[in-house]
Amino acid sequence: MTLELTAQDRSMLDGEQGLSAAAAMKILVAFSNAIGAQGLLDITGAHIDGCLYHGKAGLDFVERLVEGGGRVQVPTTLNVGSFDLIHPGMVKMPAAEEVPARRLMKAHMELGCQATFTCAPYQTRFRPEFGQQIAWGESNAIVFANSVIGARTNRYGDFIDLCCAMTGRAPAWGLHLSENRRGRILFALDIAEAEPSDSLFVGVGLIIGQASGDRIPVIAGLPQPRDEDQLKALGAAAATTGAVALFHAVGITPEANSLDEAFHGHAPDETIRITQADIDHALARLSGVPDGTPLAAVSLGTPHFSHEEWMRLLPLLREAAPGRGIPIYVNTGRATLTRLQEEGALAGMEAFGLIPVADTCTYVTSILERLDGVVMTNSGKWAHYAPGNIGVTVAFAEMKDCIRSAAVGHVVRSAS
Amino acid sequence: MTQPVATGAVERLGTFQLAGEADGLALVFSQPLSFWGGIDAETGEIIDHSHPGLGQNVAGMILVMPSGRGSSSSSSVLAEAIRRGTAPAGILLERPDPILAVGAIVAEFLYGISMPLVVCDIAGIVSGDRVAIGTGADGRAIVRAKTESLPLRSPGCFP
Repeated sequence: MTLELTAQDRSMLDGEQGLSAAAAMKILVAFSNAIGAQGLLDITGAHIDGCLYHGKAGLDFVERLVEGGGRVQVPTTLNVGSFDLIHPGMVKMPAAEEVPARRLMKAHMELGCQATFTCAPYQTRFRPEFGQQIAWGESNAIVFANSVIGARTNRYGDFIDLCCAMTGRAPAWGLHLSENRRGRILFALDIAEAEPSDSLFVGVGLIIGQASGDRIPVIAGLPQPRDEDQLKALGAAAATTGAVALFHAVGITPEANSLDEAFHGHAPDETIRITQADIDHALARLSGVPDGTPLAAVSLGTPHFSHEEWMRLLPLLREAAPGRGIPIYVNTGRATLTRLQEEGALAGMEAFGLIPVADTCTYVTSILERLDGVVMTNSGKWAHYAPGNIGVTVAFAEMKDCIRSAAVGHVVRSAS
Repeated sequence: MTQPVATGAVERLGTFQLAGEADGLALVFSQPLSFWGGIDAETGEIIDHSHPGLGQNVAGMILVMPSGRGSSSSSSVLAEAIRRGTAPAGILLERPDPILAVGAIVAEFLYGISMPLVVCDIAGIVSGDRVAIGTGADGRAIVRAKTESLPLRSPGCFP
């Protein structure tokens, strides 16, 4: 098995298109050899998960590409960074860390990447189309692009997503190829007339993430989602508890009009039933906090809140009118925020404790004022990562319960 | 210290994911270790509470395991550890791992440090064996593992 390169690939590798393109191609070739790809293919876009500062090596890499005169070869969006550049002062960080972290975000822009700074690039004008080959980083974005849109990407990450962007190429391998997109394991929802609640989608996501391993999951019996945000939540949860990069939901996602299509005519390797008790159990693991516990904050928008989600949140805020000063953080993309501001939709909302956060996320950096109480969230992903990342105790609930809880000052949940 | 007595040396061939030479004591795990969330790049210490190697240190060792595992952020952590000198001296895997390969390649590109990453048969190598990684005439990796009989010590205690 040898990697076949085109004349154009070779020219890049040989440095005829600049030092940066050569370095990116060299890394891409080594990566492609490691996974056993037989060639490279063209991509139409990339999404880079490289703007969170984890250490000097990450910054050195981007700086080296900038010095080499590199430019991305395809439209390229950026994932969240360590800063909210729209709201200076919101993130608290020692200066010694702040300088390189800010530089990392800027250096990516100097390579020609778009300053989107969102984990939901599918909410921007750079959203790919069905069947397009792309190279995306960020687990929730990857699973959304593959599953909900039907675009094609593998789970790209550190350095490689940028190497694909700098060359406009990706290894012809994995989920880029039709035959590798077939479902392998069936999850049959065994819940009579299941309501399409946000919790149901999160619960299903947590379960398929845990049980799928490296097999592509197919979900049967899932109720029609209210909107794509419920599928976003499902995918984000599945990519949190596991390594799911693609799921099919029969009758819902574009490559699964039927069970047969989802499995490419084959039988599933395994079938797992999901009952309401399984969903309840999966969700209970996200929050061991009893109702009545005092609340420190609410965090919504992981992955980034869509415009539609804002349109559901704002009436809830007006109705519950939380007035206890409990902050309600909402992570969102800067493009979505700009649109809301142009619409005047956020006027007066700060009185209810609303704090919009752009460009970053409340669980990856120091934003929360208080870390000593319980934080409520409607995000399975946030509930999973925040305790380890920023040391908070989490209560998971539907969005309306998060807002009601902010109004009364302690955790309340409808089901209880 | 008792002079180690060589009781047997086994040579095997492997494929380089990143070519280089190294010599060190084996730290062998049957369970894959994720660098991201699994190793502190500042010290080389294993910090994954669900991993049997918790508390041991990979710095300067020949890390031996079936495969890599987990998040692609492991590439950054490995590159950062190589930069800081807290990385293993070399890594032997049974199956190729693209994420560790990228970390090793990027570190070589940026810092000129070549930490050999080799895919080979790892059966029979136990923690504490002295392992040497070299390059054969054909560019393949030559891995020599030598059992050191005495004294038996926890590999984590070696510098």
